[in-house]
Amino acid sequence: MGLVVHQCGPALAIQDMGRFGYLATGMMRGGAADTKALHEGAALLDQSPDCAALEMVGTGGTFEATTDLCIALTGAAMRTILNGTPIVWNASHAMQAGDTLTIGPTLSGTYGYLHVSGGIDIDPVIASRAAHLTIGLGALVKPGDILPIGPLTDVANRCIPTDKRFEGGEVRIVPSAQTNRFPEHLRNRFEQTLFRRDPRANRQAIRLDFEGDGFADPSGLSIVSEIVTPGDIQITGDGTPYVLSIECQTTGGYPRIGTVIPSDFAKVVQTPAGRELRFRFISIAEARDIETRARADLQKIKTRVTPLVRDPREMKDLLSYNLISGAIAGG
Amino acid sequence: MAHSDNSYPTISNVGLDGLLVTFAPSLSDTANRAALAFRAHIETLSWSEIQESASTLVSAFFRMDLVQHDPETMKERIAAELSIREWLDAPLPEGRRRWTIPATFETSVAPQLEEAAELAGLEPHIAQKELCDYSLRVLTLGFAPGMPYSGYLPKHWDIPRQSQLVNVPAGALVVAVRQLIIFANPSPTGWRHVGQTAFQCFRPDTDTPVALRPGDEVRLTDVSKTELDRISATDPSGNGGAEWKLI
Repeated sequence: MGLVVHQCGPALAIQDMGRFGYLATGMMRGGAADTKALHEGAALLDQSPDCAALEMVGTGGTFEATTDLCIALTGAAMRTILNGTPIVWNASHAMQAGDTLTIGPTLSGTYGYLHVSGGIDIDPVIASRAAHLTIGLGALVKPGDILPIGPLTDVANRCIPTDKRFEGGEVRIVPSAQTNRFPEHLRNRFEQTLFRRDPRANRQAIRLDFEGDGFADPSGLSIVSEIVTPGDIQITGDGTPYVLSIECQTTGGYPRIGTVIPSDFAKVVQTPAGRELRFRFISIAEARDIETRARADLQKIKTRVTPLVRDPREMKDLLSYNLISGAIAGG
Repeated sequence: MAHSDNSYPTISNVGLDGLLVTFAPSLSDTANRAALAFRAHIETLSWSEIQESASTLVSAFFRMDLVQHDPETMKERIAAELSIREWLDAPLPEGRRRWTIPATFETSVAPQLEEAAELAGLEPHIAQKELCDYSLRVLTLGFAPGMPYSGYLPKHWDIPRQSQLVNVPAGALVVAVRQLIIFANPSPTGWRHVGQTAFQCFRPDTDTPVALRPGDEVRLTDVSKTELDRISATDPSGNGGAEWKLI
């Protein structure tokens, strides 16, 4: 019992918080690209953020409920229609058995999430339901699949304000293990450069476009392959930066100029192809303050959930309403 | 590969995800041993701040929440443990295993054995014998889950990677830069394809998804392709006929 997938885009997969504790075996954590969206979905459905959801890139699909259930929609907003009526993003909605939900295409951002009450209840593999396609765990969702759901809870018609992480902008980074290999003038130029997210981006890495000279470590010395972490900005031999994403390998042989702070990581992954990104170094101390505040906000995330009171059919500014309302602190 | 550099070991942060202790600036057998020994030492201390640890070719990594725990304090604590001895000559940790893994070197599944042997200055049958004669240490696991980078072969095996990539199957043995790898999955590689095993590096549907651990020793034993095919068909464990004992 759950959601039947009738038709869907090419890049839908079940994700959760991923697999921690396997670095020594060479397995990166993977999981949802935008974990903030998982927390928002969990708050809307009043359930654990460890529940699995459907991650959708670019577009969603057509889904039919085989039982009564609740859904929530978070992350990159997509045009969404329930039984012929548009419904709002960043909100939870009830579906009855036989209802049809059509999601897509993306209106802003990159990764959208469809949550179900009880979470998508497939069998875990290595303590997680997350698809990690590069290492052969799980599979893309395809037409005919049934997404099984957990127990129904009555949590429909709620909404949550979100932040502005879907349009690019400034991203804060901290110095990391190899930052000092890059001379100050190169780091300064990196901060002054306007980058655009290249269309060549996936769950392993996001390529950054720029004009002018590259950022290659001038020493030209090869480095020993070393531990990397999602958010690391790796500079390849030709000077091109790549932000490593949640399915990067555990080690990498290119030097890294810095690491995106956890609070801004979702902004990097959600920035659509072609949109602008700038990077600014902050100190470790400042980053710790920002992250401490962000975690405190996350602890209170359920207090931001409010009833979806306006009748969606009367809302002309339907999508913009939820996208711009109540940008949060620490986002 | 010997070196001495007073600026090592270094301790640095990896974003806000943990601290990295690096024992040498370039590939070094002693630095790998130090990384294995130091990681094992820190593990025995069971610090509550450490969420997990790993060792790579020349470093040990300790994942910890550097938002909650002050990086400078944690660096000082790591530095204090580094100072208790010279880690470059520390004994390897206990509980390691020596694996004997069947491998075949028949040309149909070892297309670059001849070429690799020539680069190493050896006749192919000598190269094949050498690959089986040495017990190699799993230096680290990476590239794919459970995939061992093992070394070090003697100096004449310091052969470069090739710029032209070749496609190898799962279980393939490849060699370069004094190291031997068993491939986890079918993949393109710049390393030379010199043999084939039936060893599965990553077995996600089992209780032990990754059988090898950094620090384990791997020794190949030469079998015919027919024998390897028989093993593949009859060993459901994923070990591909491999056996291990504690060392």
